[in-house]
Amino acid sequence: MSTVRIPPTLRPATNGAKTVDVAGATVGEVLVALVAAHPSIEASVLGADGSLNRFVNVFVNGTDVRHLEELATPVGPADTVLLLPAMAGG
Amino acid sequence: MTTELLTTPGTDAAPGGRIRGLRCRNCARQERLGPSYVCAACFGPLEVDYDYDALDGVLTRERIEARRPGIWRYLELLPAEEQPLRGLAVGSTPLVDATRLGPEIGIERLWLKDDTRNPTLSFKDRAVAIAAARAAEWKLPALACASTGNLAGATAAAAAAIGLPAYVVIPADLEPAKVDHALAYGASVIPVTGTYDDVNRLCLEIADETGWGFVNVNLRPFYAEGSKTLAFEVAEDLGWRLPDVIVAPIASGALYTKLAKGIGELVRLGLVEPKSVRFVGGQAAGCAPVATAYAAGVDEIAPVRVPDTIVRSLAIGSPADGRYALEQARASGGSIEAVSDLDAAEAIRRVAATEGIHPETAGGVTLAAAAQARAAGVIGPDDEVVVLLTGNGLKTPDASSFGLATRRAERGGPGLADPIAPDLDAFLSWLGA
Repeated sequence: MSTVRIPPTLRPATNGAKTVDVAGATVGEVLVALVAAHPSIEASVLGADGSLNRFVNVFVNGTDVRHLEELATPVGPADTVLLLPAMAGG
Repeated sequence: MTTELLTTPGTDAAPGGRIRGLRCRNCARQERLGPSYVCAACFGPLEVDYDYDALDGVLTRERIEARRPGIWRYLELLPAEEQPLRGLAVGSTPLVDATRLGPEIGIERLWLKDDTRNPTLSFKDRAVAIAAARAAEWKLPALACASTGNLAGATAAAAAAIGLPAYVVIPADLEPAKVDHALAYGASVIPVTGTYDDVNRLCLEIADETGWGFVNVNLRPFYAEGSKTLAFEVAEDLGWRLPDVIVAPIASGALYTKLAKGIGELVRLGLVEPKSVRFVGGQAAGCAPVATAYAAGVDEIAPVRVPDTIVRSLAIGSPADGRYALEQARASGGSIEAVSDLDAAEAIRRVAATEGIHPETAGGVTLAAAAQARAAGVIGPDDEVVVLLTGNGLKTPDASSFGLATRRAERGGPGLADPIAPDLDAFLSWLGA
């Protein structure tokens, strides 16, 4: 189980939980399992084709998965997956 | 706290007001006005939603011209109900007719928007002024930012002026002059061992945790609108007309895209005649995710993990508005140029030596980008071009000599002379007279 940290915008879908433990060997599997457990997250996180919403950035232990193996990035029980809006800055 | 110094908290929800609320740029979902920045439905960016119909016939050239200098002369097009009573004197910076510099880069009709002169010496004062007004109105406990440098001083100074504590989070390798600048206003400055994008990620989490007013996170819809005032001032100073080309730096892409939005508003309200303006963007080659996508003809922007450039003020590897900037460059017939550090440094020296304006590295990038776009034919010989100089060279003192083998003056020439005795003969000897 990896720990997924949920941003405030998505917490209504997790009954307010800031973190959710989710099974999966890759970031993609973790997100699919997250959506299965909390279906109202789906539209915010994954597109119709299963790709990542371009307005969401996913980090594993602080590193953007686009610098790793994207949705195929492996994750283990000690890893933290963080979802954040792909914005701010400048 | 000095929030009572500011006017009319709470009136922004008034029915029929020109500010209707926030709206998602991606899916157009409406949200209530408040310190929020992300659409609850699709995660898209929120923008301020104005009722332009309510401004028809209200905001006229005469009305603007009758007001005092500064960004608040365009109040109706800014997301604050009223001009705050407390705040820095921001905006109305000079538009300089660059008759010495222009011919050197093949642009005869060249204007420089000299935003090196704002209160904290960069255009960021424009954006922070709006965010600070909202932070005070909403009684947020602190003003904060994730900064590549210029925003640090701007946030710290604005917070001081309205009596809020300031928290400035920066990459640990930032130029010392920018760190000292923020410290001077009494800010808490927190260096982070990482890139700007690491800083930004951290600040998204801090903003959620603390409820502080992060000017470029949860106040970003308001903050970003401040950059429109650059476009408003350019149009007004040109006698209420638009140039053929505007050249701007691209870091997050917010400034670049807000220029187009501002021009669209001027046209919508009949303040200028419609005209197709080309937008040329400049990025540092050592951190050019948007320019790279532009050159490759693709829509996806691959983030830069570790920027490698002296142009730290533009060193954002994952630009929030990069995709919108890309669309704007293509749709307007402009371009996005990647500029080497050496070319940026040479451009700084050139504008300083020909026009007496000393910009920081981002200004070197925009000027070099203009020259590149001219060489590539994006800018024609007869085009009227406005180049934005968004920050002051005093913040990046090492950049002006970057790439020079020596700053040492040859006998009688420019540069730093060797010390001489306090003696007229010694001076005349150095001069070669």
